[in-house]
Amino acid sequence: MSEAIDLLLNTSLWAAMLRLATPLIFGVLGALLCERAGVLNLGIEGIMTMGAMSGWLAVYMGAPLLVGLLVAAFCGAVMGLMHAGLTVPLGLSQHVSGLGITLFASALAYYLYRLLVEVGDLPPTIEAFQPLDFPVFSDIPVLGPILFSQALPTYIALLAVAVMAYVLARTPLGLAIRMTGENPHAVEAQGLNPIRIRILAVVTGSALMAIGGAFLTTTAFNSFFPGMVQGRGWICIALVVFASWRPGKALLGALLFAFFDAYQLRLQTVIEGVPYQLFLMAPYVLSIVALILVARRAEVPAALMAPYRRGER
Amino acid sequence: MRLERRSHAPLSLVILAPLVAVIAALILAAGLIAAAGVNPLTAYAQMLVGALGSRLSIAEMLTRATPLIFTGLAAAIAFRARLWNIGGEGQFFVGALITAWIGHSLVAPAWIGIPLLMVAGMMAGAGLLAGPTFLRLRFGVDEVVTTLLLNFIVILFVGLMIEGPLRDPLAFGWPSSVPVDGNFRLPDLIPRTRLHIGLLFAVAAAGVVWVVMARTVFGIETRAAGLNANAAAFAGISLPKTIMGVALLSGALAGLAGSVEVMGVTAGVTTTMSPGFGYAGIVVAMLAALHPAGVVAAAVFVATVFVGADAMSRATGVPSFIADVIVALCLLTMLVALLFTTYQVRR
Amino acid sequence: MRNVLELHAITKRFGSLVANDDVTLTLGEGEILALLGENGAGKTTLMNILFGHYAADTGSVRVFGQELPPGVPRAAIDVGVGMVHQHFTLASNLTVLENVMLGSESLTRMRSARGDGRKKLLQIADLFGLPVDPEAKISTLSVGERQRVEILKALYRDARILVLDEPTAVLARPEAMRLFETLRDMTKDGLSLIFISHKLHEVMAASDRVAVLRGGKMVAERKTAQTSAEELAELMVGRNVERPKRQEHKIGAPVLAAKNIRVEAGGETRLDDVSFTVHSGEILGIVGVSGNGQATLGALLSGLARPASGQLTLGDKDVSQLGPRGLIRAGAGRVPEDRHAEGVVGELSIWENAVLERLGTAEFSGRGFVRQEAARAYAADLIDRFDIRGASPDARIRLLSGGNMQKLILGRVLANGPDFVLVNQPTRGLDEGAIAAVHAELLAAREQGAAILLISEELEEAVALSDRIQAIVNGRLSTPIASDAADPQRLGLMMAGVWDEGDNAA
Repeated sequence: MSEAIDLLLNTSLWAAMLRLATPLIFGVLGALLCERAGVLNLGIEGIMTMGAMSGWLAVYMGAPLLVGLLVAAFCGAVMGLMHAGLTVPLGLSQHVSGLGITLFASALAYYLYRLLVEVGDLPPTIEAFQPLDFPVFSDIPVLGPILFSQALPTYIALLAVAVMAYVLARTPLGLAIRMTGENPHAVEAQGLNPIRIRILAVVTGSALMAIGGAFLTTTAFNSFFPGMVQGRGWICIALVVFASWRPGKALLGALLFAFFDAYQLRLQTVIEGVPYQLFLMAPYVLSIVALILVARRAEVPAALMAPYRRGER
Repeated sequence: MRLERRSHAPLSLVILAPLVAVIAALILAAGLIAAAGVNPLTAYAQMLVGALGSRLSIAEMLTRATPLIFTGLAAAIAFRARLWNIGGEGQFFVGALITAWIGHSLVAPAWIGIPLLMVAGMMAGAGLLAGPTFLRLRFGVDEVVTTLLLNFIVILFVGLMIEGPLRDPLAFGWPSSVPVDGNFRLPDLIPRTRLHIGLLFAVAAAGVVWVVMARTVFGIETRAAGLNANAAAFAGISLPKTIMGVALLSGALAGLAGSVEVMGVTAGVTTTMSPGFGYAGIVVAMLAALHPAGVVAAAVFVATVFVGADAMSRATGVPSFIADVIVALCLLTMLVALLFTTYQVRR
Repeated sequence: MRNVLELHAITKRFGSLVANDDVTLTLGEGEILALLGENGAGKTTLMNILFGHYAADTGSVRVFGQELPPGVPRAAIDVGVGMVHQHFTLASNLTVLENVMLGSESLTRMRSARGDGRKKLLQIADLFGLPVDPEAKISTLSVGERQRVEILKALYRDARILVLDEPTAVLARPEAMRLFETLRDMTKDGLSLIFISHKLHEVMAASDRVAVLRGGKMVAERKTAQTSAEELAELMVGRNVERPKRQEHKIGAPVLAAKNIRVEAGGETRLDDVSFTVHSGEILGIVGVSGNGQATLGALLSGLARPASGQLTLGDKDVSQLGPRGLIRAGAGRVPEDRHAEGVVGELSIWENAVLERLGTAEFSGRGFVRQEAARAYAADLIDRFDIRGASPDARIRLLSGGNMQKLILGRVLANGPDFVLVNQPTRGLDEGAIAAVHAELLAAREQGAAILLISEELEEAVALSDRIQAIVNGRLSTPIASDAADPQRLGLMMAGVWDEGDNAA
């Protein structure tokens, strides 16, 4: 038991928390942006898969790592545009369209990977993002290894949280997005186009999700394999609810979640006689518990999942 | 240009919609096949031959269609009532697992044992969906996420069981559960193929679901609750009861899919025994426009794509993931096609 | 007087329906123009064309002499036309300031100029006498305050022309009068106003000029001073439709009685110490300004809400804890407030809707199976008896017009000879012909001894149909008065919460 407590004192646990949180932060921000504008994006699981594959593939084919992230973002945006096209101007079921995008994006990612990459016994690898080394800061005891020795995408994720929080709270565009999620008729009445705003939010949000996926293949691992997203997208959808649709709380949620994930990974090594599957179940069980805890007091955007058609009430 | 509601959807349009959707999806996927350096027409021809070209391939295709009919019905029933059961995959596995578990040690004549095991599979599936449904009705927890997450939990649980308590000591390579007793294997429908009488059960289930939805009080109440929950409640229909009833039925059908697959095909449970039957069931249901009779046809189509793509892939080198791409595209194109059965474009 | 707005020869078709047929309308500077018409006359379509939500098939829109491009929602707002919608277009989870500022700044700005916005809002609020708290969440505001925010939204965008769609629909009479005073003051500051209404008395009281739309056509324009309510009524309806009159007859024994009922929802008391009695052969009218507890009272009597305390008896049975099915079995019939939301399932057929409330009964089902023949015959009988036009049992019910749909809902309730009937806003959104038909059915049921509770926001209707009237204010009921003793002043006071506790006309 003392070993389990010792783990908590190990800086590697806390550094791993930040690392494991990174894809979730991107995913949850993306989902949050879509939902704030009133669109549930269940395409997230597939979009993250697509991001993981396309970002990796770009780097594998010779692009710099940052360009890889951009390629992933672009592919995610294209998938997002499909979802937006079906659900916003056409007003089709966001549930079904989202699942369709997930099935399509995952299948397409696997197909293209098989088509474009020679896979031998082991999946080919790339040179992934390495932990940064900040002079002085990285050498600070405890904080240094945790905060100042992460890879670049982790810092981008943290910056994205701040940008998202600022844009939603302080800019006219953010107000328009929030208003579109609350009452698109009010947006239309003020002379703005809620359909364009929703499309913009879904496309941007999907790009963020895809970057989260790309983190898996360009930082956490250095190769791509089917099934690697492993429900992280669905967990992000749960985290958005848990975070009451607020970027700051979303960061907290992702960190909390990543903490348990990092902790269970380490616990597996010290606790014996418990099947490893039970540890692996923990994140999913935790997500469901989180949903139950916040269910009654969730402040859902009022127009979430309500299709908007001009002149129809 | 704007969309205007049709006063009614002509039957021709209802039948045409899935056909147009499928053709559109095949055209879109053709680009990907061409990217692999293969003539799409050749590829599609090989898919057709691969799935329907011989007695054996047809039997194989129908074997694949059997669980899809069950999971398709499960999704169709739930979606009608706006219960977003995305947990068909998990329900399939619990149905399969409990069947293998009980079926391994049960001593009974086949005519008692087989129905008993089917009921066990149904109860397991129904039970698995009852949880998320209860959470939605009691606490307002969205069932989409909970059913999805349960899929992952169930797969891990299956892994735990078949590597632990239910491990088959005789299985080589991949871990597998103990098999059901040979007594409870479903008889072949066509000799020397894998096709078993489970197909008949599936078609019968579609018939039963059809009658239930169209002719019974429960069916009308379910449709009313799905189409306009407030009006249904005003008319005195108990929404919690109706939705829970739908959940039990839907979960039971998905669980039955797993049960029948174990008794008919695999005997034991492995974590790879389903190529996404639960998820594909959603596509089947949508292609069928949620109609039970359509589910049978749509399941046969999806099975044709899967079985045909495997054969085509072996012959041409086009990755077999093309099947998943086509099936997913069908879901999206069908969604658009359905729009045009309910709306028409007006300038 | 200079014309600030000209709608010229506007025609708009939806399929075979001509919503606007060659409509021409002008508005002078500083003028208050009333646009009068029944439901479905084409008022809303015309305004949607002005605001670019639809493009007209033919015709043009000119504002301050400048022609607006068709179908561009921003165009009208940019040249200074503001709309105050009947169903407020506000986001209730956001603040007043956020609602007002939306769309006023370029979306590419990196920072919203909130300080300046607040200053400008407070200035305008002060100038026009419309006080608000910029930081208040909309959800905490009263209906009157929300309307104020709607008006401020338009003024904040420098509107010189305001269009108000049924602005008094949600206001109590004193509030409505205050609103019209405010509007009149605004015209002195150079604003020009159009208000859309179907209420003759307020058109007569508040406008300079009246334009009457009927069946999509502009049928008349009058200076308000040179016309009368009678003339306008005839122009608006176009034919002489008589609403049936209530005949005096003997009121029977008590049927439904509520005693000291309290209903809570969401931690708030929605109905408080509510008592009333409805007798056989009597119509009891409940009047009040929208949002004073009518919805909860409707839910209570429909079986969708349970009292936290108090008792509801039907005949000699306690029905306080019964749900919809139980109430129906006990002899109650219920007509909901919103036909589309609660009354019918639009995508189901007429026969399915006709029997939906009683699917489980032996008449329409056995062993869980629906007796389709019996149900279809029943629906055909309703169609026949209640003169429901354009209907066959197998057609989807959403294809029916509002009036015919309401007749079906009324029919399915009245056909079983209920002891007690709840009718909630039975004629909302209907045209005169349908209103007369619904009134006739209700009076016929009264003749046959049904006890009817009528909840209505239309005073005229309540007074015409009811034997006695109670007002609902903030979840409480006034003491009843005989409808013969109900004049507008007295009802207005009752609806504002002023009544004599000792008064008992029952």
